[in-house]
Amino acid sequence: MTNYLEFEKPLAEIEGKAEELRALARANPDMDVEKEAAGLDKKAADMLKDLYKNLTPWRKCQVARHPDRPHCKDYIDALFTEYTPLAGDRNFADDHAVMGGLARLYGTPVMVIGHEKGHDTKSRIERNFGMARPEGYRKAIRLMEMAHRFKLPVITLVDTPGAYPGKGAEERGQSEAIARSTEKCLQIGVPLISVIIGEGGSGGAVAFATANRVAMLEHSVYSVISPEGCASILWKDSEKMREAAEALRLTAQDLEKLGVIDKIIPEPLGGAQRDRKGTIESVGKALEVMLKDLSKRTPQQLIQDRRKKFLGMGSKGLAA
Amino acid sequence: MNWISNYVRPKINSLFSRREIPENLWTKCPECGTMLFHRELRDNLNVCTSCDHHMAITPRDRFEKLFDGGIFTEVAVPEPTTDPLHFRDQKRYPDRMKAAQRQTGEKEAMLVAEGEIGRTPIVAVAQDFSFMGGSMGMYVGNAIIAAAERAVELKRPMVLFSAAGGARMQEGILSLMQMPRTTVAVEMLREAELPYIVVLTHPTTGGVTASYAMLGDVHIAEPNALICFAGPRVIEQTIREKLPEGFQRAEYLLDHGMLDRVTHRCKMREELVTILRMLLGQPAAVKGDLPAPELTETPEPNEEASKADSSSKAEDSKA
Repeated sequence: MTNYLEFEKPLAEIEGKAEELRALARANPDMDVEKEAAGLDKKAADMLKDLYKNLTPWRKCQVARHPDRPHCKDYIDALFTEYTPLAGDRNFADDHAVMGGLARLYGTPVMVIGHEKGHDTKSRIERNFGMARPEGYRKAIRLMEMAHRFKLPVITLVDTPGAYPGKGAEERGQSEAIARSTEKCLQIGVPLISVIIGEGGSGGAVAFATANRVAMLEHSVYSVISPEGCASILWKDSEKMREAAEALRLTAQDLEKLGVIDKIIPEPLGGAQRDRKGTIESVGKALEVMLKDLSKRTPQQLIQDRRKKFLGMGSKGLAA
Repeated sequence: MNWISNYVRPKINSLFSRREIPENLWTKCPECGTMLFHRELRDNLNVCTSCDHHMAITPRDRFEKLFDGGIFTEVAVPEPTTDPLHFRDQKRYPDRMKAAQRQTGEKEAMLVAEGEIGRTPIVAVAQDFSFMGGSMGMYVGNAIIAAAERAVELKRPMVLFSAAGGARMQEGILSLMQMPRTTVAVEMLREAELPYIVVLTHPTTGGVTASYAMLGDVHIAEPNALICFAGPRVIEQTIREKLPEGFQRAEYLLDHGMLDRVTHRCKMREELVTILRMLLGQPAAVKGDLPAPELTETPEPNEEASKADSSSKAEDSKA
């Protein structure tokens, strides 16, 4: 059963009809519906192409949050071997919104860290919808520190609505944890590569994405605030999220123009959720290329490059 | 002067219009309601003399009281691209900027200065909450980087006074990128082994707290300052329960290990001098070594006005 987004409703109708016809034909072997069904398929395919050709920023936000989009765990399961999760911040708890551990990417040992949103009600609650608490950032800091000492490249997979706005999280120093995590990203003398696979939500994302290379999936988003949040503050109306999404320039395409990200990884037609395996493979290939590119740099070069990259950011605005 | 002009007239005036109180002369403390005379308030660094409530203070006013003799030199900040995203909500971003500039008389939300406090040379940075909520955009990022670079160049410690609602949404992702950028600035100070002291003032929230404001060697906050990542309203909406009294206030953060000290604004300068001199291995400052900043004399308002003021003040506190 495919989950359709609101703007995909007309598509859902056509695909549903084709499916119904085929089901009917399976029940009555004499009926010949293939021609009609194929026509509907064609119509659906054209519509899909049309819908995804020029996704508006708000629609991209919806695709980036699609429940069937591959999440961190899917990438780790499919791309990495010998994944050995490492838990806890040695201080308070283990945050299940952040996954992390040792693993091999095409044979090379790396440290992989990422936000995990969960895929059903139970796992979503367990993962806190990918919203990390200070423990999550402190676990990441610990793992990055370890990677630095053992000279392992760090790969981060970013997919979070933002850091968790809760009472305990504030009491245990959410801000400090995020600040220290960003700082750790800047300090490690190993390649740090970040891929925004869904939502790059504000400070919660930056804490993992202050990297030598930042790549984004074609329909993922990365923003200082959610369009809903921005709309309710600046428009005083949270229903203005379409306008806010537009104004914030949060799409991979705009961010590449602004020089904030280095690479866009294309998604299959209709978004990552329509071909999860294919998407995961593209991300794997992109990671391999970026990793190879950075492997010859010395620790000092990696640290200096990272600093220079962020210091120089913002020198070009968005023309047009 | 007679009874009528001194008492009756102000009373009648106050009945019809409160506007008679010259606006710039008196400030009502938002906490305890005491009417505070402008000079008294100014001399007390905008802290209520009756209840110690810390009101907002502009970077310029703060620096005048912070630096020896009120003397400081501004450090130039590289100008960023204006309106990089061509952002428009209900208003255009450049229009919002112009309005803020007109209102504050400042160029942007951050002021960088070098000078001496208690004969200790420092570079100081202060954020201006009155300028678009002190929000952190590219200029603020550039200011912190310029300050850190200047501190490293002069081998001086850096003191930063934070006050901001968070990142400047109108600069979108580029405001978010000031989190790593300002963190690089802090790294520069660390590498040069220079002290970096953060003074957190009301309010310090969002991306500002989650970057340079929480990376100091020493964290000092002003009393009752709101310091948080997510604001109390957002949290109440998320967890749907009432938050405890004093939640996310300076004293609460002190209890939870996020701050070293909570210090009254009027004691801040002395405390900074004490801490910095120890960190820098300098001899203790002697009392006579701490010249109090010169006060620029504000002209006394004429007699009649001041009398009228005091009587309307009396009226007001009764009301």
